[in-house]
Amino acid sequence: MKTTFIRNSVGALVAAGLAAAVPAQAGKTLDAIKARGQLVCGVNTGLAGFSAADSQGNWTGLDVDVCRAIAAAILNDGNKVKWVPLTAQQRFTALQSGEIDILSRNTTWTLTRDASLGLNFLATTYYDGQGFMVPVKSKVKSAKQLKGATVCVQSGTTTEKNLTDFSRANKLDMKPIVFEKQEAATGAYFSGRCVAFTTDASGLASIRNKDAKDPKEHVILPELISKEPLGPAVRRGDDEFYAIAKWVIFGLVEAEEYGVTQANVDQMKASQDPVVMRIVGTSEDTGKLLGLDKDWMVRAIKTTGNYGEIFARNVGEKTPLNLPRGTNNLWNKGGIMYAPPIR
Amino acid sequence: MRTPRKAAKWGWRSQAFRGLVFQLVAVALIALGAWYLAHNTLANMQARGIQSGFDFLRQPAGFDISESLVAYQALDPYWKAFLVGVLNTLRVAVVGIFFATLLGAAIGIGRFSRNALVRGVCYAYVELFRNVPVLLQLLMWYLLFTDLLPPLLDAPSIAGLFYLSKAGFSFPIPEWGAALGLVAIAFVAGVAAAWFHRRWAIRQFEATGRVRSLFLAPLAIVLGVTLLGWLVGGAPTAWSIPKPEGFAMEGGVSASPEFLAVLLGLVLYTAAFIAEVVRAGIASVSHGQVEAAGSLGLSRRRAMRLVILPQALRVIIPPLTSQYLNLTKNSSLAVAVGYPDVVSIATTALNQTGRAVECIAIIMAVYLTTSLSTSAFMNWYNRRSAIRER
Repeated sequence: MKTTFIRNSVGALVAAGLAAAVPAQAGKTLDAIKARGQLVCGVNTGLAGFSAADSQGNWTGLDVDVCRAIAAAILNDGNKVKWVPLTAQQRFTALQSGEIDILSRNTTWTLTRDASLGLNFLATTYYDGQGFMVPVKSKVKSAKQLKGATVCVQSGTTTEKNLTDFSRANKLDMKPIVFEKQEAATGAYFSGRCVAFTTDASGLASIRNKDAKDPKEHVILPELISKEPLGPAVRRGDDEFYAIAKWVIFGLVEAEEYGVTQANVDQMKASQDPVVMRIVGTSEDTGKLLGLDKDWMVRAIKTTGNYGEIFARNVGEKTPLNLPRGTNNLWNKGGIMYAPPIR
Repeated sequence: MRTPRKAAKWGWRSQAFRGLVFQLVAVALIALGAWYLAHNTLANMQARGIQSGFDFLRQPAGFDISESLVAYQALDPYWKAFLVGVLNTLRVAVVGIFFATLLGAAIGIGRFSRNALVRGVCYAYVELFRNVPVLLQLLMWYLLFTDLLPPLLDAPSIAGLFYLSKAGFSFPIPEWGAALGLVAIAFVAGVAAAWFHRRWAIRQFEATGRVRSLFLAPLAIVLGVTLLGWLVGGAPTAWSIPKPEGFAMEGGVSASPEFLAVLLGLVLYTAAFIAEVVRAGIASVSHGQVEAAGSLGLSRRRAMRLVILPQALRVIIPPLTSQYLNLTKNSSLAVAVGYPDVVSIATTALNQTGRAVECIAIIMAVYLTTSLSTSAFMNWYNRRSAIRER
């Protein structure tokens, strides 16, 4: 609740105050991860398909797999991750204060965040856009019909501002009802307090599927009112760890493009394709340049599969979320997922 | 002979000197600690590339706020958004303190009732509301409002004037323009006249012993003068009447379910504590006073109002102040039910700008200022009602 948030923020600030003021050095994060044998990864408190824990405390999801792949590349074990569930407000402070190594929590990459919060975004792992969900019985077919409507929103996100922009541009005079916790915001929407609920379209699919009494009673409107490139971020000032985390993600996309999968990664070591040979480390030692060994990508792919497999397993058409690949398909298959080459 | 004595006076053997030195050292250590924390925080933030400063307050906020006492739109600067939040906090605190005092006093007095049922109900009320966490109470009221009330379009109304629905409680307001100002001035004049009448009546009572009404006559004065103002203003009759229109209520005024949930939760919770404070105050007045009042021929009601409550007030006011402060500070739980108080606005601002230290400092300053002002006012009132030794 509110008090927890303030306690956490104040705690983090006090921690920032007490920590000796030494400039961050390159390599510090990597050494710390190796020394403690664990990657500390900040994730969502519960967003099905992206990061959610089951009853045994096993975390699954697209954001979770990103951390697993990075842990596998560095520590040779995708389970050596400590999961820190964070609310939207806690997430940046947690990263800034050093409580977590990497923030992988459906976070939108924006200029303000990139430039003023002391963090670096790695890459986009999911191209999203903000949408609206309304009850079917409201007979609303387009977001532009929502004149004067109350809209439930979770605070601490980019959604509030997008909602206001859209409302102003279309003279809709919408009223945002802002809640700190996602469960409170969705609860108010499902009880009928708000005419509509808004968040990223992937989040809408997840909430409709998991929290609605009958998913068929709610419809996601066709308009996407913003660009929401979601991706993980690391603390600024440690270029070595930044490079490792970034290139593991690029590697997963590159692996999909060249057909390296969780199942065939060992056979692929015999491949003569020069690109594949660089990915699996049978020609040039790309790992050495990053401060790792040559099998770094093999371990990552063995743990989580390539980007396409991660997508299909967590949010794809065979999962309850049933999200189409759409913009998140590879650049040569109609999407915009494009990784710089590993060479 | 005199010089060594003077040295002893300002040496380590002098208690006054040691006291001064220790106090200076203590103050210096505290100042050093504060400086170290502030400097280190700033240095760490700079090292990590986190921007700081209050300059963001002049930037446009860019987000809407669902309810506001002053005109606000998304392009207004952050400081104005904060102002809206502060006013919303004060709104729920002031209205809450008013109703909590009324309800708490009634229940506290009710615990001395001769009617066992009234006593029992008041006792049960205190135990029930005092022992359930206030956050749960807020959530419960909000759930009741949003789950059980009908949707806006099916909202039942009383004579088409009052609506209670998921969109809140809507009621008509007069649309009188300039005449409303006259009515307000006349009302204030009426209250002033009633106050003078009361003073006159009390003086008359003390001089002649004739009891004059302290309720009906002042009420008649206030109503009469207000009516006069309304007639002078041209006797306007136009009202803005609420009417469900699409997704919102057109016309009238609506109190949102968020506001009502926060208000109801805080009032019911704090009233339980105020009832206990009032009960303790009344119990502190010695029983002899009641008996003395009785033997003077005062009725129980008169004895309570004229003899017991004025004395109980001296015991009641200091702990009552704490309850007022608690209510104001507890209003920060409002964000749990989506009411845009200062904490909610600051959270949004914090997220958009990343200025965590600044936004938390603003929240702290707002609550500190409100609490200190409340304390100052209550201390003044406490001094006024304290025993005057003659």
